[in-house]
Amino acid sequence: MQSTSQTSSSQSTAILEAKDVNVYYGSFLAVHDVDLPIARNQITSFIGPSGCGKSTLLRCFNRLNDLVVGARVEGSITYHGQNLYDASIDAVEVRRRIGMVFQKPNPFPKSIYENIAFGPRINGFKGNTDELVERSLKQSALWDEVKDKLKESGLALSGGQQQRLCIARAIAVEPEVILMDEPCSALDPISTLRIEELLQDLKERFTIIIVTHNMQQASRVSDTTAFFNTELNEKGQRRGKLVEFDRTEVIFNNPAQKSTQEYVSGRFG
Amino acid sequence: MAISLPEDSPQSFAAPNFAPRTQERQSLGKVFEIVCLVCLLIGLLVLALLLFDVIKDGFVRMLQPGFFTGNPSRLANRAGLRPALLGSIWLGALILLISVPIGVGAALYLEEYAPKNRWTNLIEINISNLAGVPSIVYGLLGLGIFNGLFRLGPVLLSGALTLSLLALPLIIVASREAIRAVPPSLRQASYGLGATRWQTVSNHVLPYAVPGILTGVIISVSRAIGETAPLIVIGAVGFTAANPDLLSRFMALPILIYDWVSRPQIDFKYASAAGIIVLMLLILALNGTAIYVRNRFSVFK
Repeated sequence: MQSTSQTSSSQSTAILEAKDVNVYYGSFLAVHDVDLPIARNQITSFIGPSGCGKSTLLRCFNRLNDLVVGARVEGSITYHGQNLYDASIDAVEVRRRIGMVFQKPNPFPKSIYENIAFGPRINGFKGNTDELVERSLKQSALWDEVKDKLKESGLALSGGQQQRLCIARAIAVEPEVILMDEPCSALDPISTLRIEELLQDLKERFTIIIVTHNMQQASRVSDTTAFFNTELNEKGQRRGKLVEFDRTEVIFNNPAQKSTQEYVSGRFG
Repeated sequence: MAISLPEDSPQSFAAPNFAPRTQERQSLGKVFEIVCLVCLLIGLLVLALLLFDVIKDGFVRMLQPGFFTGNPSRLANRAGLRPALLGSIWLGALILLISVPIGVGAALYLEEYAPKNRWTNLIEINISNLAGVPSIVYGLLGLGIFNGLFRLGPVLLSGALTLSLLALPLIIVASREAIRAVPPSLRQASYGLGATRWQTVSNHVLPYAVPGILTGVIISVSRAIGETAPLIVIGAVGFTAANPDLLSRFMALPILIYDWVSRPQIDFKYASAAGIIVLMLLILALNGTAIYVRNRFSVFK
């Protein structure tokens, strides 16, 4: 069902790889049997209708689902060949290396400076924090707008600025991968455009996985695209599965699966 | 104002299936607003009357020389409240020191660490119930445990421990509510950066919850300081000339006021009114501090 072969061979080695992944909430199977390699320094987008498990799977990549009572992951998710769900792996360490930007901008109710300095501080950053804050804000294209008000509340910024602050906060701990869960869905088109431009800069240094409901966004920003859909199991329960994974232009122009074709052309979902 | 449609608008614009009764609905809303306002005024009026009555009777007496510094006396116009005031200040400080750390710690454990199962549910229900137990029951508990079992006797520490027990459930319940009101997105943001649970709790959850926790602290400690019954059971005294310390017999303002009110002489009535003003000022000072701290913490919200 999945045409993953041509992408994985044509790209650099996978930095993250999901193998036979099932995700449960209690006894409910939310995501069924996903195999998915994520290539380094590329933007991978997850698309699909609501409830198909995109966000659930995304949160498995940095073990944020550990926080959900009853959430359970089967199969393996490897990062540089090590299973993230191995008993010897500390989720705290995972999350520093694999950062996250959320759907709704969620700056801390603290100053702009503190928002960014927090991550490095708790992770034992030894360098110059002022420099790091400036560099992170520059990398997230926010520096010019906030350089004179670093002591002001992060919540005083506009929605788009808040989201860029959250991106700056995420990159300040120097992760290798950044997971983005519909980062633009609460933003206006201009703020969205700025974030999309930012993503192109960030991919030089980071590997990015982005969940999006915006088909144009997926086709604009990403190198590879994974299409998820829901299916009914034997008992008639809805569960998410990976339908197709390929280079973005293939998914959008010449997908192998009929449901992918229907979804990307806007015929359902 | 009613909207008038153009003469030539189609029949369907009139929407004959609807009877909006806009005027009626609006006036009903107005009535409700007035009812609420009256409720507020009743509450305020009663409080204002109480304040006025107490100040009228007690203000002059409070300003008399020796009222703050003097000892209680059987002569009404010579009586002061120093030992009782010091006793109440001691009690307030000790209650804060004892019940706030324990209460907040317990609430944090229940909200952030404990698994959500039948046992924690049972514990939660019981804590809420404890908040409603009559204060005299706490007095009897303190008498049995601190006076008796720990052999403290009827001393200030014993009274403070008993009142702390009384304040504890209220503080736990209020703190849990405050901690539960911390948005999950804040926790996720912190964990997402590689923070441990302790780093998340100490840097984000607790500071965010402090204003709510302090509201609970204000209410519970104010209530505990104003309590009379448990202190009577513990054995607070109605008369002493000595300043209290941790392990001495002690007086407290509510007890002194109770003692004065129950005497027949009219001058004691004025003295007790003055005592009530002092007790209110003490609670006001305590609340003022808590409100100040609360505002400091909500600066970025």
